[in-house]
Amino acid sequence: MDGFLDLAPLLAILASAVAAVAVPLTGEKRRNLRETWTVLAAVVKFSLIAMMIPGVLAGERYGMDLLEIAPGIGLSLRVDPAGLLFATSASFLWILTSFYAFGYMRGANEAKQSRFFSMLAACLSATIGLCFSGNILTFVIFYEILSVATYPLVIHSGSKKAYEIGRQYLIYALTAGIALVAGLAAIYAVTGTLDFQPGGFLDAEMGMPFLWTVFLLFALGFGVKAGVMPLQSWLPNAMIAPTPVSALLHAVAVVKAGVFGFVRLVGYIFGPELFGAMGAATFLAILAAITILVASLIAITKDDLKARLAYSTVGHLSYIVLGIAILAPQAMLGAAFHMITHAAMKITLFFCAGAIYVHTGKKKVSQLDGIGRQMPLTMAAFGVGAVGLAGVPLVGGFVSKWYLGVGALDAGLSIYLWVFLLSGLLNAAYLVPIVTRAFLRSSPDHTRFNEASPLMVVPITITMLFALLLGIHPDGVFRFFSLAEAIVASVTGVTFTGGI
Amino acid sequence: MSQLPALIPTTLILAGLLSLLVGLRSLRAGHLIALTGTVVSFLVSVIGLLEVPSSGQPIRYALGGWIPPIGIEFVLDHLAAYMTTLVTGIGVLVLIYAPRSIRHESPGKAALTYPSMALLVAGLAGMSITGDLFNLYVFLEIAALAAYALLATGRRGGAFATLRYLLIGAVGGGFYLLGVGFIYFSVGSINMADVAARLPELLESRSVISGAVLMVLGLALKMGLFPLHFWMPDVYTNAPSSSAALIAPIMTKVSAYAIVRLMLDVFPPGFFTEALPIAATIGWMSAAGILFGSIIAIGQQDYRRMLAYSSVGQIAYVGLGIALANPIGLIGGLLHIVNHALMKGLLFLIGGAIQWRTGLVRIPDMVGLGKKMPWTMYAFVIAVLAMVGIPPTAGFFSKVYLMIGAVQADAWVWFAVIVLSSLLSAIYFFRMVEFVFRDVEGAEESADDSATGGVSADELRGAVAGEVPPSMFIPIAILSAAVILVGVFNFLIVRALLEPAVAPLLGG
Repeated sequence: MDGFLDLAPLLAILASAVAAVAVPLTGEKRRNLRETWTVLAAVVKFSLIAMMIPGVLAGERYGMDLLEIAPGIGLSLRVDPAGLLFATSASFLWILTSFYAFGYMRGANEAKQSRFFSMLAACLSATIGLCFSGNILTFVIFYEILSVATYPLVIHSGSKKAYEIGRQYLIYALTAGIALVAGLAAIYAVTGTLDFQPGGFLDAEMGMPFLWTVFLLFALGFGVKAGVMPLQSWLPNAMIAPTPVSALLHAVAVVKAGVFGFVRLVGYIFGPELFGAMGAATFLAILAAITILVASLIAITKDDLKARLAYSTVGHLSYIVLGIAILAPQAMLGAAFHMITHAAMKITLFFCAGAIYVHTGKKKVSQLDGIGRQMPLTMAAFGVGAVGLAGVPLVGGFVSKWYLGVGALDAGLSIYLWVFLLSGLLNAAYLVPIVTRAFLRSSPDHTRFNEASPLMVVPITITMLFALLLGIHPDGVFRFFSLAEAIVASVTGVTFTGGI
Repeated sequence: MSQLPALIPTTLILAGLLSLLVGLRSLRAGHLIALTGTVVSFLVSVIGLLEVPSSGQPIRYALGGWIPPIGIEFVLDHLAAYMTTLVTGIGVLVLIYAPRSIRHESPGKAALTYPSMALLVAGLAGMSITGDLFNLYVFLEIAALAAYALLATGRRGGAFATLRYLLIGAVGGGFYLLGVGFIYFSVGSINMADVAARLPELLESRSVISGAVLMVLGLALKMGLFPLHFWMPDVYTNAPSSSAALIAPIMTKVSAYAIVRLMLDVFPPGFFTEALPIAATIGWMSAAGILFGSIIAIGQQDYRRMLAYSSVGQIAYVGLGIALANPIGLIGGLLHIVNHALMKGLLFLIGGAIQWRTGLVRIPDMVGLGKKMPWTMYAFVIAVLAMVGIPPTAGFFSKVYLMIGAVQADAWVWFAVIVLSSLLSAIYFFRMVEFVFRDVEGAEESADDSATGGVSADELRGAVAGEVPPSMFIPIAILSAAVILVGVFNFLIVRALLEPAVAPLLGG
């Protein structure tokens, strides 16, 4: 069994890579068969990843070195709690997104569906690849592939605007990529190793100019995908992609790859101690705090529903970055867990936005009066996601925010507690009115019950339940909370007893 | 086994001459002879490529039985095997590709083209394999003459561009020869190994220093290092596609390789970096060339001219590797020789395919090609990803090695140049990807991705739908696969061939 699980990370990456090839070869004419490849790949991939959870929690580190790709550096796959946490959520949500996307793409009668599903599968391969990367070079390889594979999805509509946005997207993503390559070259030249190590492997003797150069290169590389201001502007624009892409990639896989990069940077390259001592933590925390507040304020002004959600994503990604930068074990725990809870809540909201668009053609918040009567299930799910993001108990968002806040206090940085609280209020201000409008106002457009296709409503319901379960029993779903604890334990050595 | 080195250039020279004679009667037979000769020398090179690393010893061959250092010696060592395999391999692919392309672009000149191609490959393979400084000059001139013939068969304007190239080439060759003369008079030998053995006592000699400078300067001219690159754009733009596809990938690289050879195997370690500031000079020329080439390429409307300026930048990566003069940097530069040869060859072959199919050479006209020739355009995407340096394609790794080398050498400016240039090349190449995959008109209306939508667009441009014939597509497919495979398995090449080759840098 263990021998097989050592292969599991590789197989999990290959599963969707195979789908990425099989999908376009099957083609539009046999689309049910084509969709079968996607589902098959998603289920196989998730099962492989989920199978590793018990072992990894017990301290196993599955993986293998595939081949040497540079002097002393292999293409190395290693499964640790951090990678597994992210991989489990991304692959689980890919299953739901697949079904949702079938409904969405058919409902909206989108063109180039084969290319769409193929590239989506390729993106998932790259995401899982970077989750399981055992060293920086492997990570960067998958990170770059992810950037490139997302491009065809961003320009999907083929409109002039989409190409312009695609260009902006590429400039941001490739700049980020080359910054990472530069950073890894610098680290390798000085240390001769690129392996991620819990607690980090750089030390202060390497000199501040070098450490800051490395930090800034990596911060640029990860900050773009994580949407840390001032590098966020591509993300709201990328909402031009079909909604399943916005939901899975630009709320979960791609953007969290950036956040995950920060986890690796702080926990496994620099180590929390050095990161704090050199002042980088303060720098990053201030940027993240500003991002949280400014993005929330901008979100309030947006009438376009997806744009509002996009700014909300920008803000919440920085919750995680801030949690990491606070460096306190509790905050790190909250940050890791927020990766999951935010994914569950935000994907629900995007799914709802897409269902509303496909079903009624409405994109703007101001058009949603009374839509709760027509689509009550969708809007109820939206409500759960909305209050969850604001931090109301019983939804996952409360748990992660609790630990983020406690961590801020522990570290003696109570100012960030206020940032979290204030932003919670702002979250409520830009999301809750959508729900109240939908249910409390009335409109002649929406009088009778008429939900979107079950292909969309069922995934929406499941992600909503997922978000609720995370709030009621945080460790109940795929042991995410234990994984988050294991990350903190491996990075800081602090163990928690009892959980929540 | 010991005859292997001699077989490589002589087969090619014989094939070239025979192809010329036969080709006047039967074009097809002439082509076949040239192709056969190239295939044979490619196979021999591959045998050498496998043999040398496994035995760890170079294969030496004394020409005509004259014992070196009196006679001429061919030395098939790690680096020579690496280069000859590349040079002959590209030669095979281009010769497979050439007939259809030539019939379309420069009919009537085919009889001259195939022999010239074989001779060009012969010259370059000979340069790679020779162990004699003067003999290197002879092969350099063989390659140059063949190249002039190939280039001048192009469109109007090609002849003039070639004349300029010829003059520069003659100057470059002249400098090199002069340098060899200086070395001969002060050292008393022109056998590389012999010179290397005698040099350490003569390093202070002015004529040795002058000789070194002249030889490197001559080769730098041949290599097209900025600002000595100015012949390149016109030459590549006006040449027939298949000639450009042969010359652009390998010609300048072999001159770069010759500099590496001088640095590693003739002059003692540190001579180019410490005794003389040659390496630093090459480095700054390269850094400038990388930026210049990339920036000018952005503004080009003509596909081939864009590739030419891109080549100005790319050859400079090899120059940077030479300049860094540490093992990993030089490995990056040497790996980039193969990487760039593969991707640039691929891009020129694709350009020829586009021309063959649609007659287009201007990038803005290429809108919608993705529908007309999808497979060729997928190959194009692979080439672009490699040029930009996206993993796991070949281009990524040479860049990483160069960057690591730059940090180790504390060359932060060069480091920044490499970073910046990746972004610049992304700009001009992705712009083109965007063009070819954009729908011709009314993109929003096209409801599905079946082929029916493309027909009217084809008619609009008066072009025929469909791909290029197999003889043109197979080389494109092979190079696309190679670009990825060399990337994924680059370390096998590095370990088996390049690490032993740069060993002299370590043994200071």
